[in-house]
Amino acid sequence: MHGLINRSIQCFVRDTYGVERWLSIAKAVGIGPEGFEAMLVYEDALGNALLREVVLQLDKPEEMVLEDVGTYLVSHQNTEAIRRLLRFGGETFADFLHSLDDLPDRAKLAVADLELPELELTDEDETNFTLHVRGVHPGFAFVLVGVLRTMADDYGALVLLDQKCLGDGNMAITIGVLDSSFAEGRCFSLARRPQQEVT
Amino acid sequence: MNIGAPVNLKACKPRACSPDLLGRVNLLDMDALSAFMPMHMVVAMDGRILRAGPTLRKLRPEGGLIGGMFFDLFEMRRPRGVTDIEALPAQDGGRVSIVFRDGVRTHFKALAAKLSCGRGILVNLSFGISVVDAVEAYDLSSRDFAATDLAVEMLYLFEAKSAAMSESKKLNQRLQGAKVAAEEQAFTDTLTGLKNRRALGHVLDRLEATGVPFGLMQVDLDYFKQVNDRFGHAAGDEVLQVVARVLVSETRECDTVARVGGDEFVLVFQRLVDTELLQTIARRIISRLEEPVPYEGNACRISCSIGIATSESHPGVGSETLLEEADKALYASKHAGRGRCMLARPEAGSVPDG
Repeated sequence: MHGLINRSIQCFVRDTYGVERWLSIAKAVGIGPEGFEAMLVYEDALGNALLREVVLQLDKPEEMVLEDVGTYLVSHQNTEAIRRLLRFGGETFADFLHSLDDLPDRAKLAVADLELPELELTDEDETNFTLHVRGVHPGFAFVLVGVLRTMADDYGALVLLDQKCLGDGNMAITIGVLDSSFAEGRCFSLARRPQQEVT
Repeated sequence: MNIGAPVNLKACKPRACSPDLLGRVNLLDMDALSAFMPMHMVVAMDGRILRAGPTLRKLRPEGGLIGGMFFDLFEMRRPRGVTDIEALPAQDGGRVSIVFRDGVRTHFKALAAKLSCGRGILVNLSFGISVVDAVEAYDLSSRDFAATDLAVEMLYLFEAKSAAMSESKKLNQRLQGAKVAAEEQAFTDTLTGLKNRRALGHVLDRLEATGVPFGLMQVDLDYFKQVNDRFGHAAGDEVLQVVARVLVSETRECDTVARVGGDEFVLVFQRLVDTELLQTIARRIISRLEEPVPYEGNACRISCSIGIATSESHPGVGSETLLEEADKALYASKHAGRGRCMLARPEAGSVPDG
């Protein structure tokens, strides 16, 4: 599993539940207090053990933990770079949804060895979409639900999200856009302010 | 002046414009032109700007673009020295590089072509690589670029790469820090592969803590400086490696051989406190180190002086003191003419080995 994924979970625990909680999880998993390096690749078993331990210590269902990780990734100040990169997807929430098809390829441009699930968006009409999530780790779909929910807020859109497990083991997220300009949304400018980095 | 309507071109239309399909499309749909080329300009042959795309107009919010003179607003970077707008399409396939005379000095790459009516020049501008600075300077959004323009993709890539590079840089810094720390904590002398002073300290502490008796030799090379001076440091390094091999071969697995200075070594003999035997070993080491070491056709000749102390000869003293006592005996050997060993005696100073 890519270090970026493990490190995301590590930073989520650290920034949401405090350093002590992270240290306790790190000790249980058998990794040093400094944790994972974002630019290295780790054994899948270690990543899975990390997730199991986080679920155990936070005492929450895995789906909820993963959704919280997704929310964290696009809302915390330490991960502002990710939110910005996603906002490049378009001016409206619908633009953003359509840009998700390109997300795995876009991610590869930046980090060549990062494997993300295949994403495909289908639209029934202008307000109802289904995002198919195929391959890699099934937990990705839950992270995406967190990401989508928070990005909808970011765009000021009011949405209804639901995830379902398809027969082939893949996941699908249904997205209903109730109001595309429900709230103000957060501002976004293509221009980069100095010193934005993933920590 | 009505900017959105194709009024300006109509002015030059009547007879001059050919009624072909492309010409009509061009004239009929100026909005499409703005969508395809949001940074275009139509410049009349006298250099007056007749029309400008929406993004270009955004760069000059105070106005002054339409109706202004092209060469008053823009400085030519390439081709240089051109003062006639009509000349632009003809040179270098119409490729142009220009910059605003006032305000933000971002460079534009542009392409100029003569309109089919023959009464104006179409100039389409792009930011090129300056796009990163331009979006910041002008607060542009993705809507300001044509849907087919890769500018936004490039901005995305620029940010993504910056984030990834910054992570890589941090990783490199941490690895560098870890390397320095590892070197500081290392127990091995990199040149000879022997233990270093740090490791020796640990060995002596452990022996002292467990009360295991031990013998100690301070070994200092003689004439080593001359080898370095005559044959160079590479020869000196070769000699040190030979010395290390001799010292290891003359000691047991459970003993410790440490290089504690440039040409200084300490040998720790676990559970060996028999001074007779220690002196025999010392003499054997001296005689083996006196064998010349060949280096690039030269024979490097050295010897060594040795001081010996044991935990039995100095009961109750710490290993630091014992090292000092062995050192005193070593210097007594040096003073007595080098190439020999001496025993440290607590009450009467060092005595020759007879």
